[in-house]
Amino acid sequence: MTGKRVTFSNTWLAALLIAPQLLLVFTFFYWPAGEALYWSFTLEPPFGGENQWVGWQNFKTVFEDPLYWNSVRISVIFALSSTALAMGIALILATFVDRQLPGYQAYRFMYFWPYAVAAPAVGLAFRFIFAPDAGFVSALNQWYPGIWNPARDGFDAVVLITLANAWSMVAYNFIFFLAGLQSIPRSLNEAAAMDGSGVLRRMADIQFPLLAPTFFFLVVINLTDSFVNSFGIVDITTAGGPARATDLMVYKIYSDGFKGKDYSLAAAQSLVLMLLVISLTFIQFRYVERRVHYT
Amino acid sequence: MTRCRLSIAALALAATIGAAQAQAPRVKFEYWYGLTGQLGEVMAEHCKRFNETQTKFEAVCVGQGGYDRAEQNTIAAFRARQHPTIVQIYDAGTVNFMLSQATYNAVQFAKDFKMKIDWNDYFPGIRSYYATSKDEMWSFPYNSSTAVMYWNRAEWAKIGRTEAPATWEQYERDMRALKAAGSTCAMAFDMDTWQSMEQLFAIHNQPIATMGNGYDGLGAELVINQGLFPRHVANLKKWQDEGLARVQTAQTGKNIVQAFADGSCASMVSSIANHGVVGSTGRDGLDWSVAMIPVYEGFTRHNSLVGGASLWVMANKSKEEYEAAAAFLDFVLTPAEVKWMPNVTGYIPITVPAYRQMLDEGFYAQPKFRGREIAMQSLTFTPPTQFTRGIRLGNFTSIRSEVRSELEAIMNGQKTVEVGLNDAVARSNQILRRFEQTFRGRSLP
Repeated sequence: MTGKRVTFSNTWLAALLIAPQLLLVFTFFYWPAGEALYWSFTLEPPFGGENQWVGWQNFKTVFEDPLYWNSVRISVIFALSSTALAMGIALILATFVDRQLPGYQAYRFMYFWPYAVAAPAVGLAFRFIFAPDAGFVSALNQWYPGIWNPARDGFDAVVLITLANAWSMVAYNFIFFLAGLQSIPRSLNEAAAMDGSGVLRRMADIQFPLLAPTFFFLVVINLTDSFVNSFGIVDITTAGGPARATDLMVYKIYSDGFKGKDYSLAAAQSLVLMLLVISLTFIQFRYVERRVHYT
Repeated sequence: MTRCRLSIAALALAATIGAAQAQAPRVKFEYWYGLTGQLGEVMAEHCKRFNETQTKFEAVCVGQGGYDRAEQNTIAAFRARQHPTIVQIYDAGTVNFMLSQATYNAVQFAKDFKMKIDWNDYFPGIRSYYATSKDEMWSFPYNSSTAVMYWNRAEWAKIGRTEAPATWEQYERDMRALKAAGSTCAMAFDMDTWQSMEQLFAIHNQPIATMGNGYDGLGAELVINQGLFPRHVANLKKWQDEGLARVQTAQTGKNIVQAFADGSCASMVSSIANHGVVGSTGRDGLDWSVAMIPVYEGFTRHNSLVGGASLWVMANKSKEEYEAAAAFLDFVLTPAEVKWMPNVTGYIPITVPAYRQMLDEGFYAQPKFRGREIAMQSLTFTPPTQFTRGIRLGNFTSIRSEVRSELEAIMNGQKTVEVGLNDAVARSNQILRRFEQTFRGRSLP
């Protein structure tokens, strides 16, 4: 960061200009969040009416439930593994395209498509492809009976939703990685090549370090997205099963709140999830960003 | 682009509706339905049929994309005072609506708006599911079904039997014989509690919960870990492990109906509403029939439970809208309309006069509808008792999903039958106590 700061002297005009944006943020973020905060300390009947103040009871119910901690554990595993997978694949693909391997124009164009597919559609496609009886992957079961069955085996089910989520995130990551790679001055690469370093060496010593800001940005986005945005995929592929093996935190909020109409319990869980995501992001900015050098 | 075109289309549509309105001002009311797909189209069609007979009133019917969405959206709309006049609410949502203080009690409504309805026309088993503990109707039962056993006659013929098993003991012997004759899936089942648990309790006249299955108050507790059900679950697990029965869900690739219709599984217990589905999607030459769900030896058969939805009239609408709504409700309950429903869906006729007419007209003798009468026999097998009139438990949707999860754990071998069912009961009772606390000060009618 440089020491020089640009300041704006006309405070009133500035306030006026940002007012619409602030109003939007207030209406669509702070207001509902405030409402959720209030609900989480009360018991709210579905149709409204007399709600009662119950203090910490909703949070106690949430934290004393062993299955809630199971849900937290699965969510963390899911978020970490789908982030790693989505970013890893995207980085490899972006590097290929950046090196202009044959056909790269077509790939550059096509790799972005999956991002345009809505989560439930992704879920449906993956459910069909990976169905143990009838999907393409059922061939595996003909060679090794029972090796793949996400309807019975919790581990397989987690693998399934991780793959589906990663698949839909790869496209987004790819675009950012590619843009990052292409903004690295060619002269650096060419100089290194003239000094005799090979492709892998140049990647490790020049391209990846210079990609660090992109990398950091994508980690934050991917983790957040996996925590809060994955319920469409879960709902269609596994519906939280088998035996709650894929009952992610965000899916539990959905089923308790929208299916079970227990708004207070869902509100309490939303707050917990919000705090978790905020603290994860905070940690990343506080400790990880220090190691990132912006050029 | 698309959005632009859509809004132009919407404008054009609004203009046409506006023009139509200018010609004949009709009193409109909103009706929200939950069913989707082909059944959703039938709901829309039902509105159209009403509107075609009307010069005074017009139903504006809006599909909500699923039963639970219909309930959810109605709640949100009611809180924002934008709710419809009539809404289709599924069986499990009945409790929420009874306690909501947001509805217009059906008996009172029929009286206030001089409806022609005779409540005794409804089949007792259908009426009791939606009635209060004092046998008073708060909503109008609408699309209804019950569960039956579907069996593949050709498969059973291979083991020299021409009848469906009437008892679970016989069913087990038949399944063993079918396996010996080369069948890899004698029975398809899933953990959907409506057909695999709730119906079983009803036909054996066993309680699912205390206080008359919850009708007598919000203090009820689940008791599915006692009596017959543990034995039945242990049987299912045993049959699954022996390769007689197989779990079929959307996640395995085919749900039970698809697995039965393509001939890969020889039997299933499922809603009669799937009768049409099996008929139209069944493999060529599939020789199948339906029968009543088997009972265990030593038990007397009782009536099975209804499933489906009822129509609720919401509070705080104008007198004109209520008059229109009353006309609509009277219309859908005329014998002609009640008879129309089974023709286009797998649902059953909900009133006795309509059913009699269908019998006289030979509806059930038509090859396409053969076997549908089994559902009526099953539903009316005995008059409803306190355990077979229905289930009235708070947040029943969550209870169903807790039970389903524990059944999955049992079938996967993660838990024993005893532990799994005890856990299901303990967790369901927590849900019930939370529900009771949320509605403190209110009681079930």
